[in-house]
Amino acid sequence: MNNPHRLNPTSLKSRFTTRFLRALTKIRAQKPISSSSPTEIFRRYRRIKVAADKSMAYSVRSRRIWSRAMLCKLRSRSYRRQDPCSGRRSGKTNQAIMKKSSNENTTTRREDGVGFVEEADELRQLVPGGETMNLCNLLDETAHYIKCLTTQVQVMKKIADFYSF
Amino acid sequence: MSSQRSTSSNKITDDELNGLILRLQTLLPQLDQSRHGRVSAAKVLNEICSYIRRLQNEVDGLSGRLSQCLDSMDLTGFDAEIVRDLLQQ
Repeated sequence: MNNPHRLNPTSLKSRFTTRFLRALTKIRAQKPISSSSPTEIFRRYRRIKVAADKSMAYSVRSRRIWSRAMLCKLRSRSYRRQDPCSGRRSGKTNQAIMKKSSNENTTTRREDGVGFVEEADELRQLVPGGETMNLCNLLDETAHYIKCLTTQVQVMKKIADFYSF
Repeated sequence: MSSQRSTSSNKITDDELNGLILRLQTLLPQLDQSRHGRVSAAKVLNEICSYIRRLQNEVDGLSGRLSQCLDSMDLTGFDAEIVRDLLQQ
């Protein structure tokens, strides 16, 4: 039977799903004896949330400013004992992110005569790495970030629905 | 005004800016261009921010749901088949 919705194995959706399911398997294996105490469930919720962001960021890799920023943040979480984002490796990454984003367009962050500085600043808080981006990059990155968020939601919803019966 | 990309000058062109804002507008079903025509950039960005927050909250909620039903998930025998089934439903 012809399946018109043949899935592209290299698509973002596919890469994310594979990684995320793998992460869920690990999280499930990590848990102690079947304890459904609120603390345990909360811990698992945190881990799943991190896994979702991690899976997406790794699926996008370093092709985007926002994914680089998210990867830096995630890596600094695991090096919690050292100073977050000032250790050798993550500090270099942070500089690299900022260098890359400011090189691509020399537009200053605050655009004079542009009537939406406040809204843009608000957007900067929502998009990973937004604070380092100039306006042009911010708008570009936002579009991609939203596309990835919707994919993330779509897949997570499908998994939750699938295993809810 | 030149229409070439102003990679060397300090300001991005209005056209580029409008193009980027327009692209964001197309991501918002509630600001569908056929019904609303031109919408102010501020409004587009406003809606975009709400949209992102909504999506991030959905991820939050779904993470919670998954943490509840993680136990009942039969993830053994996980392979490409499961992935394909899931995404083709």
